[in-house]
Amino acid sequence: MATLRGLLRVRTVTGRWRGVRDRQCLLRNTIRCQSDFTSLEEKPQFPGASADYVDSLEFIQPNVISGIPIYRVMDRQGQIINPSEDPKIPKEKVLKFYHTMTLLNTMDRILYESQRQGRISFYMTNYGEEGTHVGSIAALNDTDLVFGQYREAGVLMYRGYPLDLFMAQCYGNALDPGKGRQMPVHYGCMERNFVTISSPLATQIPQAVGAAYAFKRENADRAVICYFGEGAASEGDAHAAFNFSATLECPVIFFCRNNGYAISTPTSEQYRGDGIAARGPGYGLLSIRVDGNDVFAVYNATKEARRRAVAENQPFLVEAMTYRIGHHSTSDDSSAYRSVDEVNYWDKQDHPISRLRHYMLHQGWWDDEQEKIWRKKSRKMVMEAFEEAERKQKPKLEHMFTDVYSEMPVQLKKQEQSLMKHLKLYGEHYPLDSYEK
Amino acid sequence: MAAIRVAVARCGDRLTRNVFQWNQKAARCPVRTVAHFTFQPDPEPTQYGVTQKMNLFQAIQSALDNTLSRDPTAVIFGEDVAFGGVFRCTVGLRDKYGKDRVFNTPLCEQGIVGFGIGVAVAGTTSIAEIQFADYIFPAFDQIVNEAAKYRYRSGDLFNCGSLTIRAPWGCVGHGALYHSQSPEAFFAHSPGIKVVIPRSPVQAKGLLLSCIEDKNPCIFFEPKILYRAAVEQVPLDPYYLPLSQAEVVQEGTDVTLLSWGTQVHVIREVATMAQEKLGLSCEVIDLRTILPWDIETVCKSVVKTGRLLISHEAPLTGGFAAEISSTVQEECFLNLEAPIARVCGYDTPFPHIFEPFYIPDKWKCYDALRKMINY
Repeated sequence: MATLRGLLRVRTVTGRWRGVRDRQCLLRNTIRCQSDFTSLEEKPQFPGASADYVDSLEFIQPNVISGIPIYRVMDRQGQIINPSEDPKIPKEKVLKFYHTMTLLNTMDRILYESQRQGRISFYMTNYGEEGTHVGSIAALNDTDLVFGQYREAGVLMYRGYPLDLFMAQCYGNALDPGKGRQMPVHYGCMERNFVTISSPLATQIPQAVGAAYAFKRENADRAVICYFGEGAASEGDAHAAFNFSATLECPVIFFCRNNGYAISTPTSEQYRGDGIAARGPGYGLLSIRVDGNDVFAVYNATKEARRRAVAENQPFLVEAMTYRIGHHSTSDDSSAYRSVDEVNYWDKQDHPISRLRHYMLHQGWWDDEQEKIWRKKSRKMVMEAFEEAERKQKPKLEHMFTDVYSEMPVQLKKQEQSLMKHLKLYGEHYPLDSYEK
Repeated sequence: MAAIRVAVARCGDRLTRNVFQWNQKAARCPVRTVAHFTFQPDPEPTQYGVTQKMNLFQAIQSALDNTLSRDPTAVIFGEDVAFGGVFRCTVGLRDKYGKDRVFNTPLCEQGIVGFGIGVAVAGTTSIAEIQFADYIFPAFDQIVNEAAKYRYRSGDLFNCGSLTIRAPWGCVGHGALYHSQSPEAFFAHSPGIKVVIPRSPVQAKGLLLSCIEDKNPCIFFEPKILYRAAVEQVPLDPYYLPLSQAEVVQEGTDVTLLSWGTQVHVIREVATMAQEKLGLSCEVIDLRTILPWDIETVCKSVVKTGRLLISHEAPLTGGFAAEISSTVQEECFLNLEAPIARVCGYDTPFPHIFEPFYIPDKWKCYDALRKMINY
């Protein structure tokens, strides 16, 4: 109660602090503005902040009990709660949402199993977070650039990335545009403006800000969206990015998937503030928290953030609350640190896919028969791509040496020749047959 | 002096005496600002048009000016670059090209490099400044894991080839631990980036322009002790000096001396000393590019001279001389007449008051050379 009282007092005081000048600042769409220097008034003149004096000692309390509210458009039964918030997305587009989410889910199940059988070396599923991918990317233009972490395959799928190429990357076969160099699920696609994934967490966040700055200078009507988990948000690079985006006024949307865990680490060991969204205002970012299992809530928030980010050249932060239903990766058994009941709740009772299905059933856009047909069809598509990918050879061996630089340095050429010479003598001890000649 | 005069005027005799005693003591102290090298300007380059007398910071500024004027996408950013930079390298550029092209960032090196990578991924020319090479380490992850591997890991779908990172580098007489470092060897172990260090204003401009144009992320280290000290005629128009090419700055037959940055001037002086005192003909080579380095020029020289001395300011263990030394030993085993000598900084942090004893000065190089010749 003491905490609450403290909060109330702070809020009241804040209300009184907000003067006419502040409102003018807000009108001019400035987050913070400094007053003109004057020595006549008894007003603070510090260059570092725009604030009034206060004559009683009061620490600002973080508001973690009653945090930033979670924006929701439809309930767990797929009913629109507030009609004025209904994005009224046409049937075809909603079907595309659903097809993408479920196709991703089918691909996840098959590739997860294939890793269990040792057919690919590694995999990470997207269970429970399909809604965040589809809802956000559908709200963007196709030319908007995407920087991701690794659990955003639905974004690529929504943009039409072929199943063959997902599989090619996981198998590192000759069809893989990445030439088999990175671990599975490190996808990338130039034509679909999806920057290649890398393993180091959060490194993409300041990069996304740089790309957004370049777009701003080009007047390109392009935004950048950058996905990351709540764990990655603890990295120094996240801090760098939030701050740079605000001071350099970049059209970027930071999209945080807060799924409760970073591998085994629960959020209580990740942070003590009100999640990630509450950090935004500290950086001068416009911020919102949404229900990540509500594809329409995600869509609405991203759509508006995109519109304003480009129009006003300012960054936005969207924190999508969700739950990581699957294991962290195929190298992880999540039952070692959380209960099956907890997982089941999210899987059975609050899942982005089932929620959208309820909505479609209400609309009369979907039925059990269609569900059955689509399940069968999507499974067939995935299995076909899967078998095809498995049959393909690995890329040519020379691709171990290319693309280190735009050109090949002399010493690297020599190292390549030395490997080739070596293989002439000892080739039988290497899996040469699996690689293209 | 003005301060002392005021003090004398205001206070009694005692203070006056103290001040004067203190002053006399100070006067007895050895002047410790004597440079450990003598800058030797190169002959004026005539092939690139009109030249102007410039020091190293002006040559850098000129290269950046050329770039901004010819490449409308190019942007320059870092800590305090807007007002001209703490070393004056970006002076006047914001006024000339606008504040969206030359701007300050928040004080955060990992952010600067990450941001710079992003600008380059979008296809535009990105020139980042790290205020001192000593402070590049917070960006080590972005440089080594990201910038260096961008093209390779994406199968060339994406790259950050238009990124250049500039940073003041090397000892400066009194920079101590964090204003003196030479971190090139840390980066030499990272395939995918280029690391370049010039020895003079002419070299600086030509090599920096090549870095900016190069299709790979480059780190350009500027010997800060030369910013004002090195003056020579520099072409006003843009020109390019090739990367990954060492330069033989003085031909010789008895021994090869190899270095980069300020240290090239040290070994040049050593070559003169060796000629005068020992009658030796030294071949002096400026490596210029640390990664990927010019094995051919160095080995060709050693094949001829049979002896090699490498010198750098950075600590010995794990320093880049180790890489050169082992490669030359492999390539020129039959030609080597003496063990390869490495004259480097000691394996300690870079100290403040001990700097004159720390650096691999001409006497240390000369002595190592003398011993090598008598081997």
